[in-house]
Amino acid sequence: MTQIQNQDTDLPDIPKAPNPVGQTLQMLWNDKFAFVSVVFLLIVVLCALFGPLLLEDVATKQNLRGRNAPPFDFSASWPYWLGGDALGRPLLARIIVAAQNTIFVAAGAVFFSLIIGTALGLVAGYTTKTWSQVIMRLADIIMAFPSLLLAVIVLFMLDSSVFNLVIVLAITRIPVYLRTARAETLEVRERMFVQAAQVMGASTRRIIFRHILPVVFPTLVTIATLDFAFVMLAESALSFLGIGIQPPEITWGLMVSLGRPYLTTAWGLSLWPGLAIILTTLSLNLVSNWMRTALDPAQRWRLENVRKQNG
Amino acid sequence: MLNFLGKRAVASAISLVGLVLLVFFLSRLTGDPTGLYLPLDASEEARNQFREIHGLNDPLIVQFFSYMADLIRFDFGDSIRRSEPAIDVVMRGFAWTLQLTFVTMSLVVVFAVIFGSLAAFNVGGVFDRIATFFSLIGASAPDFWIAIVAIVIFSVKLGWFPTSGTGTVWHWVMPVSVLFIRPFGLILQIVRGAMITALGSAYVKTARAKGIKNRPIIFVHALRNALLPVITVIGDQAAALLNGAVVIESIFGFPGVGKLMIDSILQRDFTVVMAAIMVTAMAIFVMNLLIDILYSILDPRIRY
Repeated sequence: MTQIQNQDTDLPDIPKAPNPVGQTLQMLWNDKFAFVSVVFLLIVVLCALFGPLLLEDVATKQNLRGRNAPPFDFSASWPYWLGGDALGRPLLARIIVAAQNTIFVAAGAVFFSLIIGTALGLVAGYTTKTWSQVIMRLADIIMAFPSLLLAVIVLFMLDSSVFNLVIVLAITRIPVYLRTARAETLEVRERMFVQAAQVMGASTRRIIFRHILPVVFPTLVTIATLDFAFVMLAESALSFLGIGIQPPEITWGLMVSLGRPYLTTAWGLSLWPGLAIILTTLSLNLVSNWMRTALDPAQRWRLENVRKQNG
Repeated sequence: MLNFLGKRAVASAISLVGLVLLVFFLSRLTGDPTGLYLPLDASEEARNQFREIHGLNDPLIVQFFSYMADLIRFDFGDSIRRSEPAIDVVMRGFAWTLQLTFVTMSLVVVFAVIFGSLAAFNVGGVFDRIATFFSLIGASAPDFWIAIVAIVIFSVKLGWFPTSGTGTVWHWVMPVSVLFIRPFGLILQIVRGAMITALGSAYVKTARAKGIKNRPIIFVHALRNALLPVITVIGDQAAALLNGAVVIESIFGFPGVGKLMIDSILQRDFTVVMAAIMVTAMAIFVMNLLIDILYSILDPRIRY
């Protein structure tokens, strides 16, 4: 019935307001690179969540006949498709299990540095000059403090664990958010709505968290998505140097490092985990590039235009 | 200008003192070096003597003040590992790192400025694609992994370059190329962005209307204005390299300050760690200052 009614009226078709989730998915589908990246990241997240549960036994079972087994031997069982490591443990299964630590460390570090850095930056930007100076000098010191030394100190004092590595990486990344949050706050605090809130007698805490934070936060989240890839690389570098995650825990960076002595005989030991790192960080970068355009109302039309041309 | 210099120097000095304090006490928390340097079956007397020689027997606070008293006379103490003045060890490593940074950053700046300008001139063209590719790779690939793969391909399989050391020009090729990638990708993007803005401005249109050729327009008219934001990023990247490209230096056995730092930290050679941190911090301070001065030369509107 509705169709007939539509034909009867001479009014031009008014497109229905598209549902926002569907529209975003459509925009994602149109950018093939971003789409593939999102799919890949989803796979990585699934591996991180369920890999250790399902494959822990397979990944730690030693098999001396499979020592440094060559990759692409499809007659073997599937965990051995990328070959075996120096103790004959299946490489593919180990990469899947290692995804958990790798992702957890990066996510944890980004989360904590984002929260702490933003809080300090807001305070530094909004309060008195003295506090601001103290916080900024603190940021300078953190920036100049060698992260390697910090990692060794934590490793020595607190034992090696995934959570301690998260602390180390979080501390080193705090200044990034702190500086950005402060710079933005300095600008936002001069705007009319903040003055209005002050005049109406809002408390400092309310102004910071209810009025300034929502304006500053999107920028910080954008930085955080980019930072996720950076932190992943930093973690793998620390693990590579032997002052990050310690065996028997594994991350991709540690696997690259463990494969280094066998470079000439079994190059795959370092190559595959490294490739896993690259593909993940590459996807993260592509997705965050896409997100910057898609989530920014001022730029969103670029992607929507593409949709119209294609449709 | 002098006022500005003074303010900067005071702020840096405060941070430096804080850093020295923090590093001194925190690094002492990582344990006693005695066990690392003496044989396992060394007697208690020998251990005590070792601690006595290196001043590790005093209470921490006494150690700190005697260290600071020496520091005021520019005496950084002796390295435990090499038993020579720590500052000599550090300066030797720093000289290598300085050369590595200089070579890498010069190449990066030259190539990034040329490629970035051309990419901006023809958005979507060949150079633009090269730019996008390199910045993605630079931001995504772990440098130690690239280094390892490069060693397997170019040293082991093809035998073109030596795997480590600093003897000849050939030794420098691989470390420099691996270090080149990340800052190149980053600076390329910045140059491209700044150049697109500059090329769209009115004075470029005027220059074009006067019949000036493309090349002078890009490299003379637009570039000078586009350089300002670029210089900040160049400074950041150079600072990162000056701090010691720890991973790359250790993979390629490059005797720079980064390798020295990680070795000294692992060997609990506290005096060298402290000296290395102070020297690199000073170098970065000087470099940031130079960049600020360069800013006011390039843009006469900026005055301090």
